[in-house]
Amino acid sequence: MYETKYHRASTVTDAAAMLKDAEDGKLLSGGQTLIPTMKQRLAAPSDLIDLRHVDGMGGIVKQADGSIRIGAATCHADVAGNDDVKAALPGLAELAGNIGDPHVRHMGTLGGSIANNDPAADYPAALLALGATIETNKREFSAEDFFTGMFETALDEDEIITAVVFPVASNTAYAKFPNPASRYAMAGVFVAKTNAGARVAVSGAGQGGVFRMPDMEKALDANWAADSVVGIAPSEEDMLSDMHGTAAYRANLVTVMAKRAVKASA
Amino acid sequence: MTTVSMTVNGKNISGEVEDRTLLSTFLRENQGLTGTHVGCDTSQCGACLVHMDGKAIKSCSTLAVQASGSAVTTIEGVSQDGQLHIMQKAFKENHGLQCGFCTPGMIMSAIDMINRLGTDLDEKTIRHELEGNICRCTGYHNIVKAIKAAADEMAEVLEAAE
Repeated sequence: MYETKYHRASTVTDAAAMLKDAEDGKLLSGGQTLIPTMKQRLAAPSDLIDLRHVDGMGGIVKQADGSIRIGAATCHADVAGNDDVKAALPGLAELAGNIGDPHVRHMGTLGGSIANNDPAADYPAALLALGATIETNKREFSAEDFFTGMFETALDEDEIITAVVFPVASNTAYAKFPNPASRYAMAGVFVAKTNAGARVAVSGAGQGGVFRMPDMEKALDANWAADSVVGIAPSEEDMLSDMHGTAAYRANLVTVMAKRAVKASA
Repeated sequence: MTTVSMTVNGKNISGEVEDRTLLSTFLRENQGLTGTHVGCDTSQCGACLVHMDGKAIKSCSTLAVQASGSAVTTIEGVSQDGQLHIMQKAFKENHGLQCGFCTPGMIMSAIDMINRLGTDLDEKTIRHELEGNICRCTGYHNIVKAIKAAADEMAEVLEAAE
């Protein structure tokens, strides 16, 4: 690992100021992607600004309208084990409980995961399917506007995610096919019945990161059943293709995972 | 250099580190606690597991400066009064190791598993929960057996205490 300078922020304002002052600073939350990347010398930030001790960045609150607000620094294990999340959005709890391994889930955070927007990360599928709102120290984003491409988001350089709000939904479920070696999703599909109708979002498979499946959503609006998504697949041209699986294989996986997710959602 | 202070196995310690120093390096090289192993360079083998504020984490994927102010338990800290921890004893009795390199991480993971899920563990759960720990010798069979045996014994101890 190249040299770096560590800073521990205690408020969001503090963190933003530290980030601004740094030559090439990076925000550090759980560090479960960033530190391994720095160990491989694939990243070499001049400064690290630790957000784990920022007041008010953690915690899960069920709000009056039934929506669930999760602080950006909340670790995956806390999301997976939270009673409100399990009752209202079981698909989200299930997703969080299967990210990485138990030790990664003790450190890795919701905010860190979505800020990185790894194409194979699980959370982006849940945020997009559930129509979540991402709150930052500057403004709010809809999930649709937030995820702009592989490893890319609409965040400004000096912008910090503070929380994510998940609106009420029913029949939430997530099904993923993990790569047998890395355990990252080769296709992960989140389904939900939201107030705006059926929503289906896919992680792991697409070249541009997370995406929705409008044809599946229409079919599920007509009939919420696993068989409804049979024969509906994304275009192979938009799929990732590598040594782990061809574009055609991944496109087919999306259909299979969508079927499993709908089946699990009942 | 930065001064870090933390509790390690119940003792208050402090040391000088570079900000880029990993917690695993600090524990091994600064504190001489070489029971915490580093088995890979890719953060996936789990040999480096320690408990930080009561939760299992990978000390190779955490900076020493991040751990400053926290309470850390390493494999050296799980035995009490010269007596092996029930989990250590179960690994010994069930031959839950061959080369032994992954064992400290396996034991820290297994203790964390019982802390989180209780002692009523079936084989499927144990295997699933060991996802973050790699063993290249045993095929896991005796490791799973050891964890099950320790969980059963801990349940008996808890029952007797009630």
